[in-house]
Amino acid sequence: MPRKLAALASVLSAGALLLTGCANPSTGSAEDDPTKPVTLKFWHGWSEKSEVKAIDASIARFEKLHPNIKVKATGNVTDATVNQALRAGGSDAPDVVSSFTTNNVGQYCSSGMWVELNPFMRKTGLDKTKVFPKTLLDYTSYEGDQCALPLLADAYGMYYNKDAFAEAGIKRPPRTMSELRRDAVKLTKRTKSGGYQRVGFMPNFRLYQNSPDRLFAQWGPSYFGKDGKARLAKEKASKEFYATTRELIRGQGGYGPLETFRTSFGDEMSSQNAFLTGKLAMHMDGEWRGLFMKGAKFKWDTAPLPVPDDRPETYGRGYLTGTVVGIAHSSTHQNAAWELVKFLTADTDQVVAFANAIHNVPSTKAALTSPKLDSDPTFRAFLDIAQNRYSTALPPSINGGQYVTSLQDFSYGVEAGKVHDLDAGLRKLDDEIDADNLQAQN
Amino acid sequence: MATLTNAPALRRKARRERLRTLGFLSPWLVGFTVFFGYPLLATVYFSFMHYNQIEAPTFVGLRNWRYVLEQMPLFGPALWNTLWLVVVMVALRVVFGLGIGLLVTRIKSGVGFFRTAFYLPYLAPPVAATVAFVFLLNPGTGPVNDILGNIGIHAPNWFNDPAWAKPSLVLLSLWGIGDLMVIFMAALLDVPKEQYEAAELDGAGAFHKFRYVTWPSITPIVMFAVVTGVVQTMQYYTQALVAGKLASGVSIGPGSVIQPGYPDHSTLTVPQLVYSLGFQNFNTGAACVLSLVLFAIAMAVTTLLMRKRAGLLSAED
Repeated sequence: MPRKLAALASVLSAGALLLTGCANPSTGSAEDDPTKPVTLKFWHGWSEKSEVKAIDASIARFEKLHPNIKVKATGNVTDATVNQALRAGGSDAPDVVSSFTTNNVGQYCSSGMWVELNPFMRKTGLDKTKVFPKTLLDYTSYEGDQCALPLLADAYGMYYNKDAFAEAGIKRPPRTMSELRRDAVKLTKRTKSGGYQRVGFMPNFRLYQNSPDRLFAQWGPSYFGKDGKARLAKEKASKEFYATTRELIRGQGGYGPLETFRTSFGDEMSSQNAFLTGKLAMHMDGEWRGLFMKGAKFKWDTAPLPVPDDRPETYGRGYLTGTVVGIAHSSTHQNAAWELVKFLTADTDQVVAFANAIHNVPSTKAALTSPKLDSDPTFRAFLDIAQNRYSTALPPSINGGQYVTSLQDFSYGVEAGKVHDLDAGLRKLDDEIDADNLQAQN
Repeated sequence: MATLTNAPALRRKARRERLRTLGFLSPWLVGFTVFFGYPLLATVYFSFMHYNQIEAPTFVGLRNWRYVLEQMPLFGPALWNTLWLVVVMVALRVVFGLGIGLLVTRIKSGVGFFRTAFYLPYLAPPVAATVAFVFLLNPGTGPVNDILGNIGIHAPNWFNDPAWAKPSLVLLSLWGIGDLMVIFMAALLDVPKEQYEAAELDGAGAFHKFRYVTWPSITPIVMFAVVTGVVQTMQYYTQALVAGKLASGVSIGPGSVIQPGYPDHSTLTVPQLVYSLGFQNFNTGAACVLSLVLFAIAMAVTTLLMRKRAGLLSAED
């Protein structure tokens, strides 16, 4: 019997060791000499022809400055692919990685998947507080760990159809939520059969970029309290935000008909985009939309999104996010990788040139005020939103964008009229977010 | 005395026999250990660990279990949807597959055409078939609702309506019924003709011939279809994910994450939730808990069905 027990113990120990061993991913190092020849692997998300051309031009400029560093870029890479590659490790994993969303930064930093950049900044004399705006630094760090840096930013505002406004007798874009409701109703046109020809402003959360956190930013909410606990139920703005959304939906014909109309829209990034085809008179979107508006058959312009009626002084604010870039934990060329990250994010001429090329908001203080920046007035509106002191970004969280997903799920129920007790629903939502955050902690 | 002298030789022979048997079994044993034993052991191990696939795992006791079973709001809908699909989809697929099989075996002319027509959809890749279905049933632009509208039927929103999303997936699975049709056809053609003739002589009609001749003969095949259908549906993933993603119309870009279950989690299945937890949130422990729950349910249902099958079959079967 003791022999059998010993054998069983050995098998279990061997199994545990095997499981633990398999669970340890590869680790990188910052021992490399950035002046020695090296080829870096850089994964990014850009896929449009003009965007790829712009990032390739940026890499060419970098290689000219650093002849010993070659960069092998791979485009159209999703966050999911980056995540899997960095967790699996291996020689094909990237050295420098980027993401189109700030949602996952908390997870990247807290898990150590993207390396802490503060030591690199100290080593090379980069004062981040002088280079980057505070909001952008906040969304690229988690609890003091600056594991990412902003590589251009995105600001959200309103695109509106000037022809439709003129036809409806509206002189200027709405500045308050009540003006938005009034104008949206005026601009909505129905067909004889009860369908829609045009919707004034569709608030439905599944429309293109309309995730609830973006419109909610006009209220400047606090998602978490000082104790780190979710506080959406305590946030007065939560109820106002949902009430506004429901009023917008009701005023324009109801959730069901609007959803049916939405399903007839073409792809967001195609010429069948609903704003471009005139099916929406006002539309929330990022600054890059301007690039896609060249084929528009109507006059259009941009403006900040409206703000709550009782906070008119905040008009001009908007939701901020952006592309972030960092160094993979598994990279064995971290010093060379830092040279690339530093060039892409902190070199003013590079940032301005890239921002102009892909119609994004620059992410450094110097670039934001650079005279070389694109002078297109529709783009300038977004630069103003980006610099507005009331503009906000989402707070980073340990489990990435999970709380945003929970908020979205809850919001889908509210917009559909399925949440009858908003207070209780919001309390439950807070509990869910707290449970998810606790679960993500070690 | 002679027995005692031969004992070592007998033991050697028995050992050789055992080694030979193990030798023959070894390919299966290796496969079983690597592809079933190790993953199962690993799943149980990680269900008690906090592990984000970057840092080393740490023991957290029952925390993952409590999280999944008590705090995760999507667990209930995912389990309900999976069980709903197991019951409705499997039952309808078996009934429909058997019906088509019966129909095709009784057709006198154009048999080849009908067999091909019913089998062809099964050959379509699941993603392509789902894309086509979502397009056809799109309430805003699809032709199906237009046609139904023209004949005075107020059509539902199909994949965009929580009440209709799962039935739409069932319709999609019925469209690709070709695999079951072929299996049932083989079974139906295998029923001895003499038994039908004898039943006819006894005055049996079509129903009685099916009830007393066909059904007993094809019962093992029906049970096979049910058991494999249950196991497959427990793993239902691709079609629900693709249909939800397409029907939602939400743009999926490099920075976005596909949230399965559109609309209102009505198409969220347990395997989707396992993927979401394990490979989107990197909550490995909770994903392992969910996998074990699914495994336990699949085992229980399969065991129940196999017992039922044993009761249904005669000794000769």
